[in-house]
Amino acid sequence: MSRRAAVAITLAALSALVLAGCAQDPLPSAAAPATPATSALRGSITVDAAASLNTVFPALAATFQKEHPGTTITFDFGGSSALAAAIVAGAPVDVFAAASTTTMRTVSDASLVAAKPVIVARNELEIAVPPGNPGRITGLRDFADAAKTIVVCDKAVPCGAAATTVFAAAGITPKPDSYEPDVTSVLTKVEANEADAGLVYSTDVRNAGAKVVGIRFPGAARAVTAYPIAAIAGSRNAALAEAWVAFVQAHESDLQAAGFLAP
Amino acid sequence: MSGLEAALRVDRGVFGLDATLTVPPGHVVALMGRNGAGKSTAVAAVAGLVPLDAGRVLVDDVVLEDTEARVSVPPEHRPVGVVQQQAALFPHLSVLDNVAFGLRTGGARRGAARDVADRLLTAAGLAGLRDRRPSGLSGGQAARVALVRTLAREPRLVLLDEPLAAVDAELRPELREAIRAQLTAFSGSALLVTHDVRDAEALADDVVVLDAGRVVQRGPLAALRAAPAAPIVASLLA
Amino acid sequence: MLVPAAIAFVLLVGPLVALLVRAPWARLGALLGGDTVLPALGLSLGTAAASTGCCVVLGVPLAVVLSGSDGWPAPVRRVARALVTTPLVLPPVVGGVALLLLLGRVGLLGGPVFRATGFQLPYTTASVVVAQTFVSLPFLVLGVEGALRGVDRRFAIAATTLGAGPWTRFVRVTLPLAAPGVAAGAVLSFARAIGEFGATVTFAGSLPKVTQTLPIAAYLALNTDPDAAIAIAVVLMVVALVVLVSLRDRWLQGIGR
Repeated sequence: MSRRAAVAITLAALSALVLAGCAQDPLPSAAAPATPATSALRGSITVDAAASLNTVFPALAATFQKEHPGTTITFDFGGSSALAAAIVAGAPVDVFAAASTTTMRTVSDASLVAAKPVIVARNELEIAVPPGNPGRITGLRDFADAAKTIVVCDKAVPCGAAATTVFAAAGITPKPDSYEPDVTSVLTKVEANEADAGLVYSTDVRNAGAKVVGIRFPGAARAVTAYPIAAIAGSRNAALAEAWVAFVQAHESDLQAAGFLAP
Repeated sequence: MSGLEAALRVDRGVFGLDATLTVPPGHVVALMGRNGAGKSTAVAAVAGLVPLDAGRVLVDDVVLEDTEARVSVPPEHRPVGVVQQQAALFPHLSVLDNVAFGLRTGGARRGAARDVADRLLTAAGLAGLRDRRPSGLSGGQAARVALVRTLAREPRLVLLDEPLAAVDAELRPELREAIRAQLTAFSGSALLVTHDVRDAEALADDVVVLDAGRVVQRGPLAALRAAPAAPIVASLLA
Repeated sequence: MLVPAAIAFVLLVGPLVALLVRAPWARLGALLGGDTVLPALGLSLGTAAASTGCCVVLGVPLAVVLSGSDGWPAPVRRVARALVTTPLVLPPVVGGVALLLLLGRVGLLGGPVFRATGFQLPYTTASVVVAQTFVSLPFLVLGVEGALRGVDRRFAIAATTLGAGPWTRFVRVTLPLAAPGVAAGAVLSFARAIGEFGATVTFAGSLPKVTQTLPIAAYLALNTDPDAAIAIAVVLMVVALVVLVSLRDRWLQGIGR
């Protein structure tokens, strides 16, 4: 085998390998505070969080870091299930916030939580359509219309599991053009006007601002998802991890202001 | 019929080429000079691979290039064959297909071109090599195949650029003899670039000595030996 | 020399070994037997083959143009080469968004087509091929361009003086001599295409049997059953190895080098 073939094969194998891993930020280096901290908390933690938290969590973290100078919170947002898989596989994560109790269970079943997960918010699904509603979507029933371009989450991820529940409850067989791997890609396609409608969380519609229009539908309450949060066992900065979990719990109202439902 | 008549001016940085070359029909002229004298530039210019800055090239009275008249026949359409220094046989083709290559560009079908190529190789005593790849040939064999390949197109002028340079010294006499036989059977004119006077002795009717891009002396070898016009001529012909 | 070489080798091969060690061999048959993996594998092989074909058909001419670009002004040449390699450094998901902006139903080109005909490229199998071609084309272009530049000028000169015009010269001499480079470029393109995830899922989506390729299936499986994802990764690895090794051997035969 020639050297070039070896390179080619290695490349192929590597790309195959990428699938098995989940994108993971490198471990943040221990932060050295420039000024002496006023509280006992210092250092940094990595928080893996469901993609739907990617607006409200950084805002909360900014407040937290102001209250506790010398601390750094790094986020890795993604599909809850993929994040959970990475944590189970040994990713160095300090706190996990999932968009589903089932997903959190895969982590707690592996004895990887430091304390019982607490639910800090709930969310429900909402139809998102591009501005102007080009597909003239009126409700959930349009998701069964093969002529319309529809995207939903794959049932392997929480938003897809919730979607399956609401479709079943409404007696609708959806005909989507794509089962997306996370709620962000559903939103991306609707925002890009490449889909007539997508099923996302209410908070996503809110965070997307003018880029999408939300359509509420009866029955959404049947598939309310809960957001459990827990510090991960073996965290190298357990004090900071627990402080962050407590901080989020104490600021549930901020989550509600961002469109989440009360726990 | 007038063979080659060329007035070549190619401007190149320090010194360029400025020379007239003639080869009477059916004759072989040796173009001699040291490295860098402009021999290879002259070959490239006659073949049309390097454009002239001024001058003209005629082969058998056909104008191939004339800077004043803005005529320039592209190299692939000139009745001029070139044998390069390293033979340059196509490594991905058999000896037979190398020889057939020029016939096919002339419009012959694959089968017909191969038949002719086979005949030419046999006539040159190279039939045994027909199915070999160039990588399996000796330097001398490659040079002979390259000459057969070039002559197969029946050019009116053939330019040989140091055809013996890549061959071991003890094999040169035999190769010289083979080239002589092939050139004797060839009806066109030939310009042989060399820096080895033995090549000129064995193959050429006349000699042209080039130095720093200029013709220093031309004529029969014996005449140049008898009265060299410059030390360079004497040293080349020694 | 040996130490970094060993580190490089371990870095390249180690993760693959780990994958094989952790693979759920006993459950492999059951994990792969469902109705997800085989259609996804078929789709992956088909689209990767098609996109490799597109890469060769489109990329070889581009490589030829670039390899003959020495006469261009230097800035133009540099910009052209940089643009060709951009997809290599672009995050695939961004590449997918860029494809949507160009070819989507409101895209620069896709918009007018959609308004005139109602045709929508995303979510079709063809859009998978487009996404894969986009990310793998640079591998082919760079490989072939290097190979073309590596062909000794003497052979082109020999062909010219034997009466070959530019086209004959290219088809009968330069291209065959660059064939190993074309083959290597195609192999790299295929490898890149069969592992493609980000641009595909963004541009083409993920629908079983239509756009859900094996990498996407593996990613989704990771969410529910990491073992299944590992099983799929093993399949992908084996398929890639088998295809690449056999392709390469076949293409190199008859080149005679």
